[in-house]
Amino acid sequence: MALLEVRDLAVRFVRRGEPTVAAVDGVSFDVPAGRTVGLVGESGCGKSVTSLAVMGLLPRDGTEVSGSVVLDGTELLGLSRREWDRRRGSEMSMVFQDPLTSLNPVVPLGIQVSEVMERHRGMSRRVATREAESLLDRVGIPDPRRRLREYSHQLSGGMRQRALIAMALACRPRLLIADEPTTALDVTIQAQILSLLRELVAETGTALVLITHDLGVVAGMCDEVNVLYAGRIVECADRHALFAAPRHPYTAGLLESVPRLDTPRGQRLAPIAGSVEDNIPWSVGCAFSPRCASALPVCSERSPAVETVGPGRLLRCHNPLDTDVGNTESSHD
Amino acid sequence: MLPGTRRGRRLDELAESTPTTTAGVSLAASAWRRLRRNPTFLVGAGIIAAFALLALVSPLLAAHDPALRLLEDQVSRADNRIPAPQPGFPLGGDQYGRPLLSRLLIGSQQTLLVALTATVLGLGGGLTLGILAGAFGGWVDTLVMRVVDVLLSVPSLLLAVSIGALFQQQSRFTVIIAVATVQIPVFGRLLRGTMLAQRASDHVLAARALGVPERSVVFRHMLPNALGPVVVQATLMLAVAIIDAAALSFLGLGSADTSTPEWGQMLGSAQDFFDTHPQLAFWPAGCIIVVALGFTLVGESLREALDPKKRR
Ligand SMILES: Nc1ncnc2c1ncn2[C@@H]1O[C@H](COP(=O)(O)OP(=O)(O)OP(=O)(O)O)[C@@H](O)[C@H]1O
Ligand code: SF4
Ligand SMILES: [Mg+2]
Repeated sequence: MALLEVRDLAVRFVRRGEPTVAAVDGVSFDVPAGRTVGLVGESGCGKSVTSLAVMGLLPRDGTEVSGSVVLDGTELLGLSRREWDRRRGSEMSMVFQDPLTSLNPVVPLGIQVSEVMERHRGMSRRVATREAESLLDRVGIPDPRRRLREYSHQLSGGMRQRALIAMALACRPRLLIADEPTTALDVTIQAQILSLLRELVAETGTALVLITHDLGVVAGMCDEVNVLYAGRIVECADRHALFAAPRHPYTAGLLESVPRLDTPRGQRLAPIAGSVEDNIPWSVGCAFSPRCASALPVCSERSPAVETVGPGRLLRCHNPLDTDVGNTESSHD
Repeated sequence: MLPGTRRGRRLDELAESTPTTTAGVSLAASAWRRLRRNPTFLVGAGIIAAFALLALVSPLLAAHDPALRLLEDQVSRADNRIPAPQPGFPLGGDQYGRPLLSRLLIGSQQTLLVALTATVLGLGGGLTLGILAGAFGGWVDTLVMRVVDVLLSVPSLLLAVSIGALFQQQSRFTVIIAVATVQIPVFGRLLRGTMLAQRASDHVLAARALGVPERSVVFRHMLPNALGPVVVQATLMLAVAIIDAAALSFLGLGSADTSTPEWGQMLGSAQDFFDTHPQLAFWPAGCIIVVALGFTLVGESLREALDPKKRR
């Protein structure tokens, strides 16, 4: 049994006077202990909503969540707010995209870090502060004692994200969700933060769900990858298999739009044609079909079901790319 | 979202336009840098400082006891005579022969006291309502905001007069209560707006993701960040309080006991002498206007300094 098991998770936003938005539409995935699982997809495909649903952080008004989220054998959906509060920060934590706005601007860093430990590990303020100092030190923040007294605007972007990671890992949660943890940072800092995450996760045995639209990040971090499109998982594979031979046309398109070391110089990167605006509803057919180069007539008539196409490999496509096509260029036009 | 009254909506807009801190202390620091060079702010701050100082040291400055009818022998009801300025009494006396300048000086104390107490009470009530509505949302929010909107839909002076008239016997205390009641919905609606903005903010979500309990989320993570616009509004409300208090006295809803002077009350009791002795109204009215202007100038320049759209 995996540490986190998400089954048929669906999130719909229901607003009076507005059309219902099915942001997440039947997502299932597993996160085994100690592994790193990626959630990849374009902006708006439902990555953040999925993670917020797993954390129980979606607003209660106007959202309908269904399916099942099981953490370590316990069903989380339907827990009381107190039960959620007890688990969040101790058993499961989250790191967000923008470290600047994720810290409270008017409370010194030290109080924000120690607050978590006072809360979940029952430490006194003094003990928690001492612990916070060593925690900041461990995530590579120089002069931690001084930093504890500072406010978020006095820290650099990289330091802020280090501090947030420290807070998220302060109680050694079994699951950490990182939602685009490096998108707001510049490139050199990105690499540092990612290697810090990798180190800490390995050290503490925390399972990591890494959300990103950057396949470069996936290549460096993830064991397994789930590719999301319009609220559904369209392909799930081991990282090596996915990069070596993407089978879903959307995954292949994503890979082609990323610069690689072996891309010949001067060759233009190929972004996926069209935009999510062109999508058709999953209830009609394959949402990706208006943009898909491999689309068949059946694609816009019948919704493709998930199929297991190999060990640990899932696919949702009527006309997948061939396994032996290592480089996908030949399969297009 | 509640539709609310026009005033209510304006307060909501205000809640949105004034930053609930994003860069926190640096925001305060840069606002202060701009304020220091703003002549509007400096003039206003000067007036407030002078007023506060006056209220503090006026017992030393006043040459006479403001309650004593020292010039009573110069008062004549029959031929409408009131003591003129004379040596020792630069502004003359009032209709009872009490020293006008000493009354003005000492009056600053009561005026400051009334305005400050009323605003503190209004702030307290408004904060309570705003925290309730903004922190819990849902039906608590709807209920609280309905009450607030009803109060906001009545013109503020009319509301103050109605509350003041509810009391059997008017006193300085009833003036304070009436003025404070008018302020409660203003602060309440404003704070609700900024609290709701905080509720949707990243750092509150981040705190929740770490299991920070609701109480701490509200009081440590939401409230301190939501207070900025309220502080600005409080400065402006001090001016409103001074004017409202004066208006109540003027309409005969002030304290009947005139032995401790207060500007609004002095202005109110000068009504019968407007045509014959306008100086009795002129001095307290002038003081009220200048001090109210001081608070308004400071409040407006604070708001401007904190408005991200005006930042350069
Ligand atoms: N509170 C909400 N109310 C209504 N719709 C929402 C809400 N939150 C998200 N959505 C919609 O749900 C969809 C999925 O959003 P989500 O934030 O999960 O995307 P994402 O994959 O995280 O994208 P990004 O890469 O831009 O972060 C979007 O179409 C978005 O408009
Ligand atoms: S189902 Fe059809 S349209 Fe959808 S990705 Fe597969 S081939 Fe393309
Ligand atoms: Mg997102």
